[in-house]
Amino acid sequence: MAEADSPSRLPGVATTAYLSLAFLYIPILVVIVFSFNANSLITVWHGFTTDWYVKAFENEDLRRATLNSMIVAAGATFFSTIIALMAAIGMRGRLPRGLAGSSQLMMTLPLLIPEIVIAVATMTFFALIGLSKLEIGVGQVLIAHTVFCVPFAYSPIRARLETLQPSLFEAAADLYATPWHAFRRVTLPLMLPGITSGAMLAFITSLDDFIITQMVAPPGSMTLPVYIYSMVRKGITPEINAVSAILLVISILLVVSSYVINQRKAV
Amino acid sequence: MQGIRNAAPWLLSPFLLVMGVFFAAPLLLVVGYSFMTAHYPGGVEFPLTFEAYTKIFYDTDFDGNKVFDSSFLLICWKSLKLAGLCTILCLFAGFPMAYFMATRPAHQRNLWMMLVTIPFWTNLLIRTYSWILILRDEGLVNNLLMSAGIISSPLTLMCGDFAVGLGLLYSYLPFMVLPIYANLERMDWRLVEAASDLYATRWQTLRKVTIPLSMPGILAGSILVFIPSIGSFLAPQLLGCGQQMMLGNKIENLFGQAGDWPFGSAASVALMAIVMIGLMIMSRRGGIKELV
Repeated sequence: MAEADSPSRLPGVATTAYLSLAFLYIPILVVIVFSFNANSLITVWHGFTTDWYVKAFENEDLRRATLNSMIVAAGATFFSTIIALMAAIGMRGRLPRGLAGSSQLMMTLPLLIPEIVIAVATMTFFALIGLSKLEIGVGQVLIAHTVFCVPFAYSPIRARLETLQPSLFEAAADLYATPWHAFRRVTLPLMLPGITSGAMLAFITSLDDFIITQMVAPPGSMTLPVYIYSMVRKGITPEINAVSAILLVISILLVVSSYVINQRKAV
Repeated sequence: MQGIRNAAPWLLSPFLLVMGVFFAAPLLLVVGYSFMTAHYPGGVEFPLTFEAYTKIFYDTDFDGNKVFDSSFLLICWKSLKLAGLCTILCLFAGFPMAYFMATRPAHQRNLWMMLVTIPFWTNLLIRTYSWILILRDEGLVNNLLMSAGIISSPLTLMCGDFAVGLGLLYSYLPFMVLPIYANLERMDWRLVEAASDLYATRWQTLRKVTIPLSMPGILAGSILVFIPSIGSFLAPQLLGCGQQMMLGNKIENLFGQAGDWPFGSAASVALMAIVMIGLMIMSRRGGIKELV
């Protein structure tokens, strides 16, 4: 298909693709490169240093925000993946028409509503039911994140489930496996790649979120993006570049490993 | 599987419960709040009123008279304009990129796929912030141009439609590439060869065969770019310096500093209405199923 005279070859397509790729990566590289810059004016190169990383690690607020981010992302991943897995299996079963339709709608709608609307809606709802007064801190953020992570955890799980033959489950039942046994020994192992990549997407989605957390987080429960935002508003410092570079590398590692796991497609 | 089949409604119950309480109920609450009276700063009270919706068109002057005020409508227009422009630019950059990826040999395709997916899942705040380093007065572009002697004083690149538009384009380009690529990869490329055997030029083949066949991907990509860009908060806030207000900033401001929750709710309803209208126009040819 890629030969020079193939009818699928179009002029300018390769150039646009490489330019777009450069466009996508240059800003990311700029942040990483300047996080090692010795100059505090930050966009003039003055030599290599790791001082900003040291400074970032010594910043106690930053450490707390990182810890909050990890707690929220891990918790939201755990709950949303379980909810999504149950829903994915449930959706395959016999359902009353209305239930199937409304479940499908609930899965799609969060992706079609602008995030800012979900953010203010969640914030007003928490205020109304008095959740903000319970002082559960990070718990509020965890609830909000679990909700918007579910559709992201769901889609790879669902995609994986669709590749599996129903006969596999029937065979287990024919061999007198109880539903629980069939689930533990047959469904779960076969679903594992879908579950893993669903969980990873949920984790990244949670780690990435800014606006919903900004609206919902009570004082002291800031996550890393919310804290970085407050730093940016105070002024650009090289420390921000260092923190950003760490977060960038974490995201990149997660995507690459999720990609590697997906490459090993079984059955 | 029999057991699981019968348990289906129970398996769905945690999902429906969580989404019903923490997603659907809050949205309905916002719709309800848009018909209430503002309690400053932040909160609502009775009586029920259409006051919030009249604020879309009118402002109240010192004497308590209603005068026509276009500021909110201008914000809507600006959001629509920037989101529309961003969608079109993403299409012009994204379609060729997806096309190029789909015509690579299989092993290269996977690598390209990963290269486009990485920015897709990389922190949006940081990706937006990175443009401040590039565009601000003492930023990378101005530094390069000044040290090359092309300009003597820095260009103002930040805080305008240019910076916001660029930020949006940068944020959402992968959202356009991935669905179009998924579509083109599944396409039967023998059709392209057939068209060329029948003496269609490359451009004719593109226009009459490839583009119509990739329409579901184009529509899905456009929807995925349009929705987050019209409700975008970070790009107008950081790159527009907060002055380039789009609907996302306006809503945040109304629920935050301005403390007018009913107007904020009405603005949210307006935003959802614009999105729904946009979706209806874009999905008239039926591409919405590709999303799910």
